[in-house]
Amino acid sequence: MRKYYQKEVETASREELIKMQSEKLVKQVRHVYDKVPYYRNLMREKQVCPEDIRCLEDIKKLPFLCKDDLRDAYPYGLLGTDLKECVRIQSTSGTTGKRVVAFYTQKDVDLWEECCARAIVAAGGSDEDVCHVAYGYGLFTGGAGLHGGAHKVGCLTLPMSSGNTDRQIQFMMDMESTILCCTPSYAAYLGEAMAERNISPEENKLKAGIFGAEPWTEEMRRSIEKSLGIKAYDIYGLTETSGPGVAFECEEQSGMHINEDHFYAEIINPETGEVLPEGSKGELVLTSLDKEAFPLLRYRTRDICILSREDCSCGRTHVKMTKPMGRSDDMLIIRGVNVFPSQIETVLLKMGYSPNYQIEIDRKNNTDTFDVYVEMSSIQMSDKISDIQKKEKDIETSMRAMLGIGPKIHLVPIKSIARSEGKAVRVVDKRKLHE
Amino acid sequence: MTITQLSVYMENRPGKLAAVVSELSEAGINIRAMSLADTSDFGLVRLIVSDLNKARDILKEMTLVFSNKVLAVEMDDRSGALSTILNTLNEGDVNVEYMYAFVGKQPYSAYAVMQVDNIEKAEELLENRKIRTLCDEDLIKFTK
Repeated sequence: MRKYYQKEVETASREELIKMQSEKLVKQVRHVYDKVPYYRNLMREKQVCPEDIRCLEDIKKLPFLCKDDLRDAYPYGLLGTDLKECVRIQSTSGTTGKRVVAFYTQKDVDLWEECCARAIVAAGGSDEDVCHVAYGYGLFTGGAGLHGGAHKVGCLTLPMSSGNTDRQIQFMMDMESTILCCTPSYAAYLGEAMAERNISPEENKLKAGIFGAEPWTEEMRRSIEKSLGIKAYDIYGLTETSGPGVAFECEEQSGMHINEDHFYAEIINPETGEVLPEGSKGELVLTSLDKEAFPLLRYRTRDICILSREDCSCGRTHVKMTKPMGRSDDMLIIRGVNVFPSQIETVLLKMGYSPNYQIEIDRKNNTDTFDVYVEMSSIQMSDKISDIQKKEKDIETSMRAMLGIGPKIHLVPIKSIARSEGKAVRVVDKRKLHE
Repeated sequence: MTITQLSVYMENRPGKLAAVVSELSEAGINIRAMSLADTSDFGLVRLIVSDLNKARDILKEMTLVFSNKVLAVEMDDRSGALSTILNTLNEGDVNVEYMYAFVGKQPYSAYAVMQVDNIEKAEELLENRKIRTLCDEDLIKFTK
């Protein structure tokens, strides 16, 4: 079984990588400048021209691109080729009001799928595997990306899409799926659903899972690994940068290798935009190096993480990013206190609850209300209301200790929290409605 | 002896309870007894049914189900019958946590479904007084 999908690139020396990145960057900048008037204007404002970009170091001269730019340029303003050259559109759900639409040429699709193929091989996948893709299919990049990657690897691919749990489990058992690709919250849910049907982790043939598209914690990884009897690998990407496959975990499970031959990564201080040295925690900025239809230079992902170039035992030389520790824009300010949804998830998982929760914030009589709905599993269920109420109080106490502010906890039946494309809707902030 | 009670937790909203009951009735399951406890947002429904396993499978598809052992104590349908039972439990220092009742097939027979803080002790106390408690098999016979 092969260990790498594209060994030469994935294990190239740093010198080779830097040389490759520099050459590609110079071309990519020229391509964007020539084809994308929107970015050309940004460069002119900063008084930078393509000739100023001769090596990787010069990237600092380029202006940043952020999500607002994508919205302003919607739909065709950032297109790097004629529409006629494009073969595909993918898009975010736009639930936050800012829909991102990305375009692909055939070459873009191929490179994207190769990135996903690398992730599958790194998770132990080969042409012997049955790859069960339970990410949503359609405009969402999750299904399309992993599906294409699985084909490239030569896996027997099951295009399940999300939902219909009974059918998922039936195919998983009958077709002997070995690799599961879906959101971590759906993986956790499948684990619970199988336990409820008295299917033990030993009975399925799964060995690995590739989970991404939403934040998850180490506690959640351990709980999924236990409930499905697999090794769970993280994968990272954004619709803006093609989709999943910008970075992926190897057998070390200690951070995700960024596909540096296609993306150049920087960490910046989100307040000042200053580039931070390696090992600093800050906002991840990505530059595509060989995209045709939707090239993005210095795109601010808003994901907070740390980069590391320490040697990895897997042999890959590409830089590793930590799991995003939060988004520069998902911090909630409730009654003046900073709250990250990931903190709430950590408390719930430590207490043995499901990671399916929803935070609801509202404003009543000029005070913020803070409610957290948590799905109960059969272990927490009782025949006494008083038991359930006591459990709610216990969670409230732990949350207060962690956050410095106590939410009202509501334990709710399983499946009662809405999911969109398999992604749990984590935060409902009704305060905005009143503004 | 004890019987198995099924508890389901559901949103306190019109139609939720009706949905559960109609699923059970479509499967030909008879609800022997039922109790509803509610908070403002959620309700806890406790059920004693004719076909336990079938009911559990159906309910599991719909929501979260909890099964546990409770006492179903036989009593005459006359004044003072319940009092005897409660006094018996009281003498043994057994506390009743919740209770509901249903009538039996025989004329003037009734059953009290009880959850207590010490179920073994309660069984022993009732047995000493020759007060009958039902088991799951009794419930199946019941509906035939």
